[in-house]
Amino acid sequence: MVNTSFNISIFTENRIGILNRITIIFTRRHLNIESITASESELEGVYRYTIVVNTSLDQVKKVVGQIEKQVEVLKAFYHEDDEVVYQEIALYKVSTKSLQNGSSERILRVHNARILTIEEGFTIIEKTGKPDELKLLFNELQGYGILEYVKSGRVAISKPMKTLETYLKELEDE
Amino acid sequence: MKNNNISGAEAVMKSLTQEGVDTIFGYPGGAIMPIYDALYSYRDQVNHLLVRHEQGAIHAAQGYARSSGKVGVCFATSGPGATNLITGLADAMIDSTPVVCITGQVASHLLGTDAFQETDVIGISMPVTKWNIQVTRAEDVPGAIAKAFYIARSGRPGPVLVDITKDAQFGETTFEYQPFLKMRSYSPVPKIDVAALNAAAELINSAQRPYLLVGQGVLLSNAESELLDFVNHTGIPVASTLLGLGALPANHPQYVGYLGMHGNYAPNVLTNECDVLIAVGMRFDDRVTGNISKYAKQAKVIHIDIDPSEINKIIPARVGLVADAKELLPELKGKCQQRNHSEWIEEFHKLDKLEHEQVIDGAINPSSNELRMAEVMHMLSEKTKGDVVVVTDVGQHQMITSRYYKYEVSRTNITSGGLGTMGFALPAAIGAKLGNPKKTVVAVIGDGGFQMTVQELGTIMQFNVDVKILILNNNFLGMVRQWQELFFEERYSFTDIQNPDFVKIAEGYRIESTKIEERDDLSSALDKMLNSHGAYLLEVVVGKQENVFPMMETGAGVSEIRLN
Ligand SMILES: Cc1ncc(C[n+]2csc(CCOP(=O)(O)OP(=O)(O)O)c2C)c(N)n1
Ligand SMILES: [Mg+2]
Repeated sequence: MVNTSFNISIFTENRIGILNRITIIFTRRHLNIESITASESELEGVYRYTIVVNTSLDQVKKVVGQIEKQVEVLKAFYHEDDEVVYQEIALYKVSTKSLQNGSSERILRVHNARILTIEEGFTIIEKTGKPDELKLLFNELQGYGILEYVKSGRVAISKPMKTLETYLKELEDE
Repeated sequence: MKNNNISGAEAVMKSLTQEGVDTIFGYPGGAIMPIYDALYSYRDQVNHLLVRHEQGAIHAAQGYARSSGKVGVCFATSGPGATNLITGLADAMIDSTPVVCITGQVASHLLGTDAFQETDVIGISMPVTKWNIQVTRAEDVPGAIAKAFYIARSGRPGPVLVDITKDAQFGETTFEYQPFLKMRSYSPVPKIDVAALNAAAELINSAQRPYLLVGQGVLLSNAESELLDFVNHTGIPVASTLLGLGALPANHPQYVGYLGMHGNYAPNVLTNECDVLIAVGMRFDDRVTGNISKYAKQAKVIHIDIDPSEINKIIPARVGLVADAKELLPELKGKCQQRNHSEWIEEFHKLDKLEHEQVIDGAINPSSNELRMAEVMHMLSEKTKGDVVVVTDVGQHQMITSRYYKYEVSRTNITSGGLGTMGFALPAAIGAKLGNPKKTVVAVIGDGGFQMTVQELGTIMQFNVDVKILILNNNFLGMVRQWQELFFEERYSFTDIQNPDFVKIAEGYRIESTKIEERDDLSSALDKMLNSHGAYLLEVVVGKQENVFPMMETGAGVSEIRLN
């Protein structure tokens, strides 16, 4: 079966160890997690994880089933890339001197990036976007010498979805 | 009920008694001493059995749960005590056995410091528990225990571990116990999907060759009588998985046998001849399905299970019904026509005859001088009318027992199915006896597996546990030897095991024992064992190089199972 990139959104209670229980499910099936982010959702006490994996539809269904089976998981969903709106954020540290030929303004404009800070020795540029967009800026800045580079995991919101609140209500009414 | 200022340790005991716990299997140590001290005052209410190894404690708790239907409970200390539970947790997890383990832990300020006997038990046990929790404050004890019992026994049952730091055991708390009733992230009792129910009934009503497979889910749901009604009404032939044995009495006219790698011939082969396959409370384990690309391809599958993640996990279901069997079977029966499938059942009987001619008759009435395992188990089955609790270990003797013992009664078959844990039977038999004291309990164990938990003879001795131990001694790690014979050119790499004198070992524990080697002695030896008062060990020396047949080889489909 062909592998596709899937965005798995998981909503859980706020309890120590739940992330561990979730990642074990991937490790056990020899699935590599491409990226993972966690934060509190719009509802207090409900945590939201976004996990990106490359796998088959069949496998992602089973994995989501196993995740939902965890006692403290409220709900889990999977979506393909075109069913979600997603972003990643990258920070690029470049030497301030190398940017002094006046090209920085053009780069920022073309890539829709911004400067977070300029110090004597280095400048930090931030860009939010899709992975390939972040990569394009990376390639361009490489010409100026990248001192450090870091990129976040993906955050994703699915396009069609009942609100979390509706789900919780359904769960509580059961 | 409100009590002022008791210790966390006493709160453990109070919570357990509130949950109706009267039997605990355990072993003390530094980090659980306050709980053991509290237990000392509860000796008149709670029967605690001191096992000889923590693995014994959890297997005993499993045996207790499986024979009684209640939650099994065990205690262990931190570090090595807790890690010794892991095999049993894994076993209980894969076989859906409700168990609550309480482990002591180092004081909370020492967590993460490599303190003496500190192990990350929460981390280690995570993949093998349905749920686990670390308690670091006395006031959290009752809530954690209430939740532990709720989770262990509800939905698809499983093992739960509660790790309690020593300071939480010493700490003071007021005590108020509230049984745990509900959590929003967990719905143990699914609502029946009416559309799916109707679709299932429609498939069953239009089927010409429907076939029902039952698993342990039926027992866990206490749905035996609902199953019987459904089966009688629909006339469908029924086969059982290893853990489902006893869900339907073996003498039921529609019962066609035992599924899987060493199961009966007809129920395996005809899996590929049915038109509608109804699976209840079973999970299509690979030991049942063989090669799934050759499994029931022609059939429309109706899969009924309480665990939604089981539906479509292995075998795609035409209709998936997430439900509790006890609730679902009467509903489904109400929508199914009363039918008679005697012609279809006749096909099972034809193949059954073949299996009798080629395998069974020779195995239970052998012409060899050596005793065979099958004749022993057949005779035990006849003598006990399929109504003692039979606890089996893992290996050839296990497969032979599940083949030749005719389980007529629910919860009389206790074995390590999913994990195949050698050493399970002896401690599990202890628990099974405590869980169902009125019944005779016979532990059927191989010479190899017996030596994995032999120390539990000490528990049997100290607490006068009346278990009958039947060692089928082939002087080999027989099941592995069989594979070496068939698939590794008879290269018997380390399966030739040198055994001690089992009778002397039993004597050392003051357990009455006999060894027999002759066919002429078998009947009287079994009688003596069954009629003995208190524990008894009977060693039966059987042929060294027997093989278990039928057999589904690796890669083979159910219909390719070999008769010899
Ligand atoms: C703890 C454990 N270790 C190893 C195995 C692999 N194994 C399965 S059956 C078997 C042989 C069991 O020998 P014995 O107890 O004498 O039973 P027999 O097959 O001879 O009846 C072995 C080693 C296992 N199932 N469990
Ligand atoms: Mg053996």
